[in-house]
Amino acid sequence: MAVPARAMPSPSRSRGPAAGSVIRIAGLQAHYGARQVLHDVDLAVEPGEIMVIMGGSGSGKSTLLRHLVGLDRPTSGRVELLGLDITRAPARQLLALRRRIGVAFQGGALFSSMSVLDNLMLPLREHTRLDRKTMEIMARLKLEVVGLAGFGDLMPSELSGGMLKRAAVARAIVMDPDLLFFDEPSAGLDPVVSSALDDLILLLREAMNMTIVVVTHELESAFKIADRVTVLDHGRILAVDTVDGIRGSDNERIRNLLSRRAEEHAVDGEDYLKRLTGEA
Amino acid sequence: MSGGLPGALGPAAVGRAVARGVEEIGFAGALLGESVCWTLFGRARSQPVRLHAVLAQMTQIGIEALPIATILSATIGMMLAVQSLYTLGLFGAESFAMVGIGLAVTREFAPLIIGILIAGRSGSALAARLSTMLINQEVDALRVIGISPVRFLVAPALIGMIVAVPCLTMWADIVALTAAGLIVAPALDLTLVGYFSQLLAAVSVHDLWHGLSKSAIFAALIAVIAAVNGALARGGAEGVGRMTTRAVVQSIAAIIMTDLLFAWLATVG
Repeated sequence: MAVPARAMPSPSRSRGPAAGSVIRIAGLQAHYGARQVLHDVDLAVEPGEIMVIMGGSGSGKSTLLRHLVGLDRPTSGRVELLGLDITRAPARQLLALRRRIGVAFQGGALFSSMSVLDNLMLPLREHTRLDRKTMEIMARLKLEVVGLAGFGDLMPSELSGGMLKRAAVARAIVMDPDLLFFDEPSAGLDPVVSSALDDLILLLREAMNMTIVVVTHELESAFKIADRVTVLDHGRILAVDTVDGIRGSDNERIRNLLSRRAEEHAVDGEDYLKRLTGEA
Repeated sequence: MSGGLPGALGPAAVGRAVARGVEEIGFAGALLGESVCWTLFGRARSQPVRLHAVLAQMTQIGIEALPIATILSATIGMMLAVQSLYTLGLFGAESFAMVGIGLAVTREFAPLIIGILIAGRSGSALAARLSTMLINQEVDALRVIGISPVRFLVAPALIGMIVAVPCLTMWADIVALTAAGLIVAPALDLTLVGYFSQLLAAVSVHDLWHGLSKSAIFAALIAVIAAVNGALARGGAEGVGRMTTRAVVQSIAAIIMTDLLFAWLATVG
């Protein structure tokens, strides 16, 4: 699958594996209780790529993200990040890997009892032996990158929705990760703030050479930032393609998703009435 | 409609509730074990339980509870004094009041009242904090950063609780017995010094340790029950409220049942 030239940094600049995919998912199956939410998912993400995972509500995209970052364990299958199978890796290796990934959650998930600056310094305090002054400089630098210079001393409750998301991005990149994951970055934001956040994601890839995975249902945002798009439907991958490939797809479900149409179900009036009255 | 038990009270529902209860007890054991492991071996794995987090918990649980603990303990001490003088007075045995008050305060009332106070005050706060963090994905954020939520959130609260609650109980012993002395000493024509010297003759160090060790167990129960309920929260604000209430009710029930067990083992067993 071709990736647009604008999207790919030179391989030599990549800090992940020199060649090959930095994220590999093979035969991933996941259940919530008896309900299967992911069916045999296979996916690969290349170094320096921005992969957008799209799908309607309940398509399994957030579940896929939770498995990608190791928050949930799959029923079966493999999830490899930077060459490490996180479904089987020992705790020590997993911890080392965690220092190389960043996650920006949908609601920000900043620790409400700490200031924004302390939120950013927490990963540094836990994973490095830097002195407080150096950590503070690094944290303030990242706040500047996301346009929040001067807001470090505020508490998360004092930030707007857009600022919260940018602060969450700052925390996610504070350790200079190789892989960055976003869960619905545009959700709940107005178009101007949403567009600014898209620009920030593109800037991070260009400036810090990160591989980025974004889960979203916002089409405009997805098509603006994506090198490739994965479309999920009922826990199955419908397509993995470039933005143009997805736009030109003749798959009915993809066309419905793009035109924001709900799936049409033929309803038999008589049968519906029977079900209502309990006769069926 | 059949004549059997409604669904909510049927055998299947009872079975599910029992299974859920057993599962929660298992979860509580695992949380306690993991907290102890992080406390003992965290430093060796370069992931220590942070001292400042423990101190913050101790301040919240212990120092900030001092005013209300003082008021409650003084009230209990005075109430016990009045009741003891009245009851023993019926038999002309007021002079034995110090024995009853001393043993009741050190062995029962101080640990019990502090346990119930801390369950309502700090157990509820811990359960609410954990469940809010869980619902706001802050716990997920900790995990992806590579920080064990048990080490970061549960272990400091557990240690803080186990240190602060016996200290508060010790304070409650002193306050309650002094407050009782303010009633008993004039009633028996004693000085406060005379009251305390008779009290010390009646209460042994063993009685004191009995109450303090019991309060340490109450502390562990409060912390673990709060953590379990916080970790099981689902839904939004309603879920937080439900699990917070549940944590307090379960903690108080566990404290009273453990107290009975202690009393049984220490006297009958």
